[in-house]
Amino acid sequence: MIRSLYIAAKDLRTELRTKQVLNSMLVFSIVVMVIFSLSLSDVLSDSSVIDRLAPGLLWIAFIFAGMLGITRTFASETENSCLEGLRLCPVDSAAIYTGKAISSMCLMFIVEIVTVPVFMVLFNYNIPNIPVISIVILLGTAGFSVVGTLLSALTVKTRTREILLPVLLLPLLVPVLIPAVMATGKILAGEGIVQIIMELRLIAVYDIIFFTLARMLFDYTLEG
Amino acid sequence: MENKKLKILAFVTTALVLLSMYMVFFSLPVMRSGAGEVLDSSFKIFYFHMPIAITAYFAFFIVFAASVMQLKSHDVKWDIYARSAAEIGVIFALLVLITGSIWAMATWGWYWIWEPRLTTSLALFLVYVTYLLLRQAIEDPESRARLASVFGIVGFVSVPLSFFSIRLWRSAHPLMFGEAMYGSTGGGLEGSNLQFTLVVNFLAFLALFLTLFIYKSNMEILKEEIHVLRVSRR
Repeated sequence: MIRSLYIAAKDLRTELRTKQVLNSMLVFSIVVMVIFSLSLSDVLSDSSVIDRLAPGLLWIAFIFAGMLGITRTFASETENSCLEGLRLCPVDSAAIYTGKAISSMCLMFIVEIVTVPVFMVLFNYNIPNIPVISIVILLGTAGFSVVGTLLSALTVKTRTREILLPVLLLPLLVPVLIPAVMATGKILAGEGIVQIIMELRLIAVYDIIFFTLARMLFDYTLEG
Repeated sequence: MENKKLKILAFVTTALVLLSMYMVFFSLPVMRSGAGEVLDSSFKIFYFHMPIAITAYFAFFIVFAASVMQLKSHDVKWDIYARSAAEIGVIFALLVLITGSIWAMATWGWYWIWEPRLTTSLALFLVYVTYLLLRQAIEDPESRARLASVFGIVGFVSVPLSFFSIRLWRSAHPLMFGEAMYGSTGGGLEGSNLQFTLVVNFLAFLALFLTLFIYKSNMEILKEEIHVLRVSRR
């Protein structure tokens, strides 16, 4: 476990030195929010409409921004044959996977911490239950990075990885996106944690199953 | 000898499919409502819909099993099975969506609603379409087999999960057999003639799948041989 944290720390350190991916993710998600806000400017005054749109809009922004980051998790390792170097590290390949998943999760959290306030400003909207909604976002993001990291390793050697990864990822994300969007919607409608326990449980199950599965299968994606 | 068996299988399949068509269109009794008025025959599509759906699930299970075996044994034959089953399964899954939509238009008045089974079937279809896309994008046969297997396993596991997640909504899809977990049952099928028709359809589509599967994998084996010959000639 501590080894995967080293990998994650290494990734985050290189990322914070260049801030290439993080900046583009941040700007992208803000731009997405601006576009949504512009295109929906007619209904912005009607908070009941925003209530119903908000969960979808938020998650679209998170997912799109996350896609940008997740394509880079392994693509950044292809230069100077870093991937081979990484595999030569005296760590389990599962540790590499876990580290990568943690680092991409951290990047997404940073983006989300910025996106949510931007959303609240642009849509003149007040999110009622911040702690509960952070649990939903946390679990949902974990599910996204768990699957995304595996597929990122899977597609890293293909010719069209930037196009292929989102296409592969979205159908697999259906089971996490639906409960996440529904739980977000319920919280925005003023319900508490008791009403969304079902959704939270589903997302947690998804996270656990895919984390275990991906750790088992990850070794095969890097072979050869 | 192998060839002869295949021909027999193809012949049996053709006969079964024709028989099932005949039974659905000509020998089924007219549907009547409780009050005795004649209902429209849109329900008949069910006899295609359900067997195709089960066959598609079966095909994807083969993809999953073959993927596991491929990762374990690195034998090219499992890769061939996986890709043959996936291609046919995608076609069957598409047919499920199409037949279901036609029925839904006739009965509900919409081609599509966001509802557990429909969404699960759609997710299933998309997962395996992307599986084929992934295969196309990788050139090296060995890594293609390996990476596609990983995706085949992950994709198969995601399907039951998406069913459970979508079940948070209320279902409108009729359940023909067993107790409804939610919503209402579709009434079930009564009368031996109807059940027999369904069984024949099951057999017909299963036989169709097997025939296509065997032809397809034979073709893929030949392709592999050609590939080997080409490489060795260089």
